[in-house]
Amino acid sequence: MEPSDLYGSVGIALFALGIYGATALGQFMRQVLALNVAGTGVFMFLIAIAHRAGTPVPDPVPHAMVLTGIVVAVSATAFILVLIGRLRDLSGSSSAQDDRDD
Amino acid sequence: MIERAIGAPEMALVVAVPLLAACAILLVRRRTAVLGMVASLAIAALAGCLIWRIAQEGPQRMNLGGWSAPLGITLYADGLSGWMLGTTALIALFVSVYGSGYFHRNQPATQFGGTANFFWPLWMFLWAALNALILSADVFNIYVALELLGLSSVALVTLSQAAPAVSAAVRYLLVSLIGSLSYLMGTAFLYAGAGTLGFKELASILHPESFSFAALALMSTGLCMKSALFPLHFWLPPAHENAPAPVSAALSALVVKASFFVMLRLWFSVFDRVVTEEAAMVPGILGAAAVIAGSVQALSAQRLKQLVAYSTVAQVGYLFMVFPLGVLNPSSWTAVGGALYLVSAHACAKAAAFMVAGNVLRAYGHDRIEDLRGVVQQMPVSMFAFAVAGVSLIGLPPSGGFIAKWLLLTAALEGPEWGFAAVIVAGGLLATAYIFRVFSRSFRNVTDLGDFKKIPARMEWSALTLSLCSMLLGLTATHVLEFMQAGTPLIRVAMMEAGP
Amino acid sequence: MTFDNALPLLILLTSLAGGSIIFLIPEHRRGTRTALNMAAALTKLFLTAILVWGVQHDHVYETRLQFLPGIDLLLDADALSVLLVSLSSVLWLVTTVYAIAYLEHAPQSRSRFFGFFSLCVSSTIGIALAGNLVTFLLFYEMLTLSTYPLVVHRGTEESMRAGKIYLAYTMGGGSLFLFAVVWLSVVVGPLEFTEGGMLGRFAGQHASELRVIFFMLVAGLGVKAALVPLHGWLPRAMVAPAPVSALLHAVAVVKAGAFGIVRVIYDIYGVRLASELQLLQPLAVVASFTIIYGSLCAIRQDNLKKRLAYSTVSQVSYIALGASILGPLAAVGGVVHLVHQGLMKITLFFCAGNLAESLGIHEISRMAGVGRRLPATMAAFTLGALGMIGAPPMAGFISKWYIGLGALSAGAEWVIWVLVASTALNAAYFLPILHTIWFKEPAEDLSDKTGHARGRLEIHWMLLVPTVLTALLALLCGLLGDAPFSPLEWSRLIVDREFGQ
Repeated sequence: MEPSDLYGSVGIALFALGIYGATALGQFMRQVLALNVAGTGVFMFLIAIAHRAGTPVPDPVPHAMVLTGIVVAVSATAFILVLIGRLRDLSGSSSAQDDRDD
Repeated sequence: MIERAIGAPEMALVVAVPLLAACAILLVRRRTAVLGMVASLAIAALAGCLIWRIAQEGPQRMNLGGWSAPLGITLYADGLSGWMLGTTALIALFVSVYGSGYFHRNQPATQFGGTANFFWPLWMFLWAALNALILSADVFNIYVALELLGLSSVALVTLSQAAPAVSAAVRYLLVSLIGSLSYLMGTAFLYAGAGTLGFKELASILHPESFSFAALALMSTGLCMKSALFPLHFWLPPAHENAPAPVSAALSALVVKASFFVMLRLWFSVFDRVVTEEAAMVPGILGAAAVIAGSVQALSAQRLKQLVAYSTVAQVGYLFMVFPLGVLNPSSWTAVGGALYLVSAHACAKAAAFMVAGNVLRAYGHDRIEDLRGVVQQMPVSMFAFAVAGVSLIGLPPSGGFIAKWLLLTAALEGPEWGFAAVIVAGGLLATAYIFRVFSRSFRNVTDLGDFKKIPARMEWSALTLSLCSMLLGLTATHVLEFMQAGTPLIRVAMMEAGP
Repeated sequence: MTFDNALPLLILLTSLAGGSIIFLIPEHRRGTRTALNMAAALTKLFLTAILVWGVQHDHVYETRLQFLPGIDLLLDADALSVLLVSLSSVLWLVTTVYAIAYLEHAPQSRSRFFGFFSLCVSSTIGIALAGNLVTFLLFYEMLTLSTYPLVVHRGTEESMRAGKIYLAYTMGGGSLFLFAVVWLSVVVGPLEFTEGGMLGRFAGQHASELRVIFFMLVAGLGVKAALVPLHGWLPRAMVAPAPVSALLHAVAVVKAGAFGIVRVIYDIYGVRLASELQLLQPLAVVASFTIIYGSLCAIRQDNLKKRLAYSTVSQVSYIALGASILGPLAAVGGVVHLVHQGLMKITLFFCAGNLAESLGIHEISRMAGVGRRLPATMAAFTLGALGMIGAPPMAGFISKWYIGLGALSAGAEWVIWVLVASTALNAAYFLPILHTIWFKEPAEDLSDKTGHARGRLEIHWMLLVPTVLTALLALLCGLLGDAPFSPLEWSRLIVDREFGQ
């Protein structure tokens, strides 16, 4: 198996795990972490497809996508962490629980 | 229908001006409302110019900076995008007017006092994101726009600074990020399989293969989460209920429609050969469930903003019924025209309804439906606006909501899809029930009228103007539908290849 | 736009614009409001007269506006429209005068009342002038919206409950109607009213669909027309003030439903097609059942307005019955009853209002000897009641006569029995009232209960004149049936044009 295939598959697996964690886990912090795992999975997949057999130079377009994605992920993570912190301050000392009430 | 190589400058400006305005307001930090209003008028004027240009010359295409795909960003505006842009500009303009009254600097330093300075930059970012999303011509730019949209929306929700608002914001942001990530993965799949990201190019390449199915599923799931389609709608009511009223108006009217708009484009032109009737039934059935579930929950809502938020869940459900109705129908325009009409009519009516809810909250200090008294005597303009908006939400003639309902029902009965037709009609009846729940209170005999605080006139009049717009849409249907078809945006690619 | 093209729109606008302005008039400016009301009503009457003359001489009046792709908003005046337009215009004027006096001392907003009142009449005019099903639907729903505030006008718990029930029934019926209209337009295309019906050529492939659509249309219309079992809202709506009951039951809501049924049978399906598809027989049965059932319920009511409400349920079905019997004579009877029932019923409701306002009497059991105290009002009531029973020379007799003749000539003898039974039942619940009014000794104090200034008349002139006027009109329609421009002559014209196709 080509290295890029391996990285690609791992990327997809990480993405699936991360999404599962973000939806199924109960606490905000853990969901944020799971989301970052999923994001990493997507980036791995993108890097993998940049290296396709037969081309000597990697494709720059997926690299651009990854860079954009990293910027977005970092800023979004920072923002959500601040919000979780603020929520903890406002709602008392108990840890931020994700109490879903559909 | 010539697509000019250089393109209209309005296309770039309509995205650049709000971005610049946002930065400027953040830096200047004084007279934010004035700057915000000036910027809003400018953006609305630009949108108007672009629409005029599309009507005269046909679709417009522009490569930013002169760099072409795949590395450059292409903007494309046909009748469909022109219409969405126009709707956005109209609603956004009046949300700005309303916001300038709501976030008044003379207000005591309550939770809303210092936040005017943050409302305007964030609002400009949101508007920029919307415009960028509407004009994008490739799937990755849409991702960027979706992220910007999500972040600014969440930030705006937190302006209330109360615990319920922040909690709702966290949930909203999580959902938004999961959705975007899903969308991004889908984009990655598309690039892996097709080697390109532009709409036009993808439309001609994509065929039913495993990677395209996977991409379609991932992107659609992400977009459905962002549009709060049942059963992924749980984040919307708390967020829209606890946000400040102008923010709720913008979120319900515009933001949830943006992801729907993207999904519309994807299903009917990019993935045109890939979509099947069975696949289209999934969003359709979920949409039908949304109509019923959202309306039922609106019936038992305790507070006015909560009721209006659940109404959004229900109305979004109507929109997603366009997928089965449009896919079955070769020309698709009856169903798609109906859905787009609903987007605009609902945007006007829902924004007006949230503005009225905000007025009630500001005037009486609460918006509990059971305790509403004397609204008609003290705020007749607001009550009238709510009544007119209600008529459009129920779908009674001669409003825009009726035109939408007529078109969707026609598409359903052409199928014939009896289930969807029944849901469309039942949704109207349920909407009658929850609208009149509020409206009938204005006829009750009232003895004591409760505490009342006067609110700025512009807050009432912006609500009224928007609700009258939803009525006006009902009377200009033929012209609007004709404009939307400029550039024949959604003629099925497969049909075009089949030839006459 | 020529005058001919603008006339239907102008007639509509007199009350639409008038109503919109009345909303803005401050509550205390009685004079301005009264002046505006009267000006609008008189203008409408004047324009209607022009319309009547024009249609008689085969002028074409048509206003067309683009609405949906392929479907226009169409207002056009044919003989049938003119019948309802003239009825509405005349009775609006009369009811406005009555309402101004009736609501004199009520605490609720009069500007709001007259605003919605005008919108209600505009909707009725719109329904009358509608040239296709979509326009009809538009004004039909607008009628629901503008009558709701009138039903809940008093703002009491009971009014709100009645309003909720009213809304449930009418919106349900409206939804059914919408579904049927869209379905029909999907099956056959745009739906303009054409004398003799326009669905003839589609009967071949789409017969079963057309059948189902017909029953959905009739059910949607039947809610407003109070066909059993869709009539439940009507007795409860009696909680509204008398001018509202008068207007709803004589002109606006019930007539809109019955008018719609006539339109569907004559100008969409056409009488011949309807009878071929076997649609008319079931409708005749439902109408007959309603006639009997309504009268049976009426006998059991002690509240005067409720008894009159059930009487309306019963009487309006004569129109449906006449339309569903194949043959010109019965059709004439059904169509002319649109006008006759309107005049007679509005008289009766005005009388009920007078009793409530001046003496505080709502129940029949308390009406003993009232004839001495309110002679003119009670004389009008007597005329109306005799008309309901169908005694000559009142107008009600003419309608029944034509329906009976028509039934005989169409071979439907069972209808005669329905008519006989109905006449007997009507007598059973009206004659005792007449006896109580004139021949019983007053059991209680009949002095003035309200502050209406009345001078030397038995009651305020603005409450008395409309009552007597409508009673006399009902009498005249009966006596002068053969005169030109009488409702009977007009109905003959309508039916000729329909059956002549």
